[in-house]
Amino acid sequence: MFSKALKGVALAALIAGAGLAGTATLPTHAHAGEGSITVTYKDDVSTLDPAIGYDWQNWSMIKSLFDGLMDYKPGTTELVPDLATDYTVSDDGMTYTFMLRKGVKFHNGREFKASDVKYTLDRVVNPKTQSPGAGFFDTIKGFDTASAGEADGLDGIEVVDDYTVKFTLKQPDAAFLHKMALNFAHIVPKEAVDEWGQDFGKHPVGTGAFMLDEWTLGQRLVFKANPQYHIAGIPKLDSIVVEVGQEPVVALLRLQRGEVDIAGDGIPPAKFLEVMNDPEYKDLVVSGEQLHTGYVTLNTKIPPFDNVKVRQAVNMAVNKDRIVRVINGRAVPANQPLPPLMPGYNTDYKGYAFDPNKAKELLAEAGYEDGVATTLFVANTDPQPRIAQAIQQDLASIGMKVEIKSLAQANVIAAGGEADQAPMIWSGGMAWIADFPDPSNFYGPILGCGGAVPGGWNWSWYCNEELDAEASKADAMADPSQAEARIDLWRDIFTKVMDDAPWVPVFNEQRYTIRSPRLVAEDAILVDPVHIPVHYDYIAVK
Amino acid sequence: MIAYILRRVLQAALILLGVSVVTYALLYMLPADPARQIAGRSATAETVANIREQLGLNLPFYEQYLRYLGNLLQGDFGRSYLQKTEVGELIAARLPATLLLMAGAIFCELLLGLTAGAIGAIKRNTSVDRTLMVVSFVGVSAPQFVVGILMLYLFAVVLGWFPIGGYGTFSHLVLPSVSMGFLGAGWYSRMMRSSMLDVLRQDYVRTARAKGLGRARVFFVHAFPNALLPIIAMIGIDIGMFMSGIVVVESVFGWPGIGQLAWQAIQRVDIPIIMGVTLVSACAIVLGNLLADLVVPLIDPRIKLR
Repeated sequence: MFSKALKGVALAALIAGAGLAGTATLPTHAHAGEGSITVTYKDDVSTLDPAIGYDWQNWSMIKSLFDGLMDYKPGTTELVPDLATDYTVSDDGMTYTFMLRKGVKFHNGREFKASDVKYTLDRVVNPKTQSPGAGFFDTIKGFDTASAGEADGLDGIEVVDDYTVKFTLKQPDAAFLHKMALNFAHIVPKEAVDEWGQDFGKHPVGTGAFMLDEWTLGQRLVFKANPQYHIAGIPKLDSIVVEVGQEPVVALLRLQRGEVDIAGDGIPPAKFLEVMNDPEYKDLVVSGEQLHTGYVTLNTKIPPFDNVKVRQAVNMAVNKDRIVRVINGRAVPANQPLPPLMPGYNTDYKGYAFDPNKAKELLAEAGYEDGVATTLFVANTDPQPRIAQAIQQDLASIGMKVEIKSLAQANVIAAGGEADQAPMIWSGGMAWIADFPDPSNFYGPILGCGGAVPGGWNWSWYCNEELDAEASKADAMADPSQAEARIDLWRDIFTKVMDDAPWVPVFNEQRYTIRSPRLVAEDAILVDPVHIPVHYDYIAVK
Repeated sequence: MIAYILRRVLQAALILLGVSVVTYALLYMLPADPARQIAGRSATAETVANIREQLGLNLPFYEQYLRYLGNLLQGDFGRSYLQKTEVGELIAARLPATLLLMAGAIFCELLLGLTAGAIGAIKRNTSVDRTLMVVSFVGVSAPQFVVGILMLYLFAVVLGWFPIGGYGTFSHLVLPSVSMGFLGAGWYSRMMRSSMLDVLRQDYVRTARAKGLGRARVFFVHAFPNALLPIIAMIGIDIGMFMSGIVVVESVFGWPGIGQLAWQAIQRVDIPIIMGVTLVSACAIVLGNLLADLVVPLIDPRIKLR
């Protein structure tokens, strides 16, 4: 057994301090924060049930209402215990034991206990819950019967005592701790779920820094600070008002007028240059990396992309710098599937350089010297069709005649999930943003054989069994002493993927947030790579 | 009269049934798979199959539709796939905002349209008349999202007279109402102008003038009410026109009505919401038309319903 001795109290202080480093005052009192901010979003907040919520608006709200056993140091991708104070992993990587934080209270006043952990995960994998996150927990023993509805819960979770919970896995899972930090594993109290049933998402009760105070459907939500929150001095605000149904352009205008503090959907593309060039607003824009790659999938089951030379040719023909210019420089060109922020990113890898002549040669070698016609699917919201046009022009220059099919996002996703529908898809608007900062999350569902199934997200239908075997090997390296070797293995896997060129990695989108001048928070908090889009708990106002 | 109303209500029910079949069929044919959408990108095939079964999406079309219709007749619109809330609750929460906006829009289009039309008729063939008619022509032709955005920019952003979108106070209501009423105002001013000119040429107007009544009295007491007749019937039909307008105007102004709900649902293919909003709008259109037909004979005894 090895143990990672991270003592909760010390850690809490560390986290509280980290959020403030370099900014104004440290709170001298432990009571809930001061001041209120207004945040806007275009789309409604759908649900605040952590088992179900999986969209841009609610992701970070749920993180502020609920807590998981694990979390990340604010503004970073560094994993730390949260509702757990400590954990041990068995030598074979099959058993995780979590020591729980004592005295943590749900918003309804009841103390959080180990049985809540078991209840939460049993509920997530129960098919009746219809959780989009159930699949993340497939390495826990008993998942198969529980998710099929044949068993009431997961055999692999054992409540040892009120403050100790033990997970037994069916296979080692190096990403397991990350999964314990996912929203889907955030702890819910049984009595509140029983009380509200399917409407729990409208009446959330968690242990988080904020509590839901008011929700007027389609208009606004008000969150109030949780005075009993287990991290002292957090949250820094007294309340957050979220207004929905606000177009990004309108939100930006209101922000400039001082009516809004954070435009949740960011700076609308049409206003981006104007804002960036305006000295008054330049300092209010915060940019950060995110775990995102925008790519074109080349369906390896549909000619001409069944030929690796054609796929490589397309990789050389696409002018990524120009595409980045199309979106006003809001991204950096990419040459591999992993984003630079992700462990395992290969800094030495050069990728396929832009070389239309070489591309033409490869196309000729593949037997398409007279050119070839194909179709590119794209979501129909700006700027995606413009990016598709840029790709269309690039490919025309090497003799590929590309027809653009611009459809509603849901229809593009449906086409990608069928083997014979979409020869090429520009992933913009639907691209992979990692669920957790671990390279495995960028492989299985989108490049592995397991994702190349009807309804899957492996739109290239790429299946390299050799690499799949290596991926399983990497996922089994759960011992922290192997962490480095594991990342090396992943780096190797993604480099080998690029030899087969099932994707054209195009760019890694940067995130830009605009905030009001009165907001006090470290930049990293406003573009937190995990608490997307912003980490509400660590924001303060002047 | 009663028989007439009954017949019309029966017709209306058939129309609504037809709308529900067609809409349901169109949404059924969409390639997007609701079960996959709910299950999310990390779901296993079994999870998707399980959800499909729970929602009855694996049933043949007619069975799914009959199930929907059965629930609908009991007042159950179903539960939104993505919002995870009862559709009835979502619509009920947003309907007051839409009705308020429609009332505001009707007020604006009548106020602007009738005034412009009447002035145009009195001052016919002068530069005032021509200017008004050009403006009304623009009103009829300009797309509502353009009008809305221009108004928002000019009166809210540049001049700062009104809030930039949102909901809650009277001043929030002004710009969306005017944007939505502008189109109708264009129609009404042209209708009012020609109707007024017709009336002013009538014998009884000449008689009134001949017996020595003042211009203003002839105009307001004798001519204006008669000129209004064809317009009243239009208001009912307008409710139908508004149903398409609210989607645009509510989105531009961040107005929390059912138009905005529909727009969000369409973008994300949230079928139960699209169905619900479509049916509610169809009801409004059918009711509006019925109301228009019923009100006219009350005002003009010459018209009889059979």
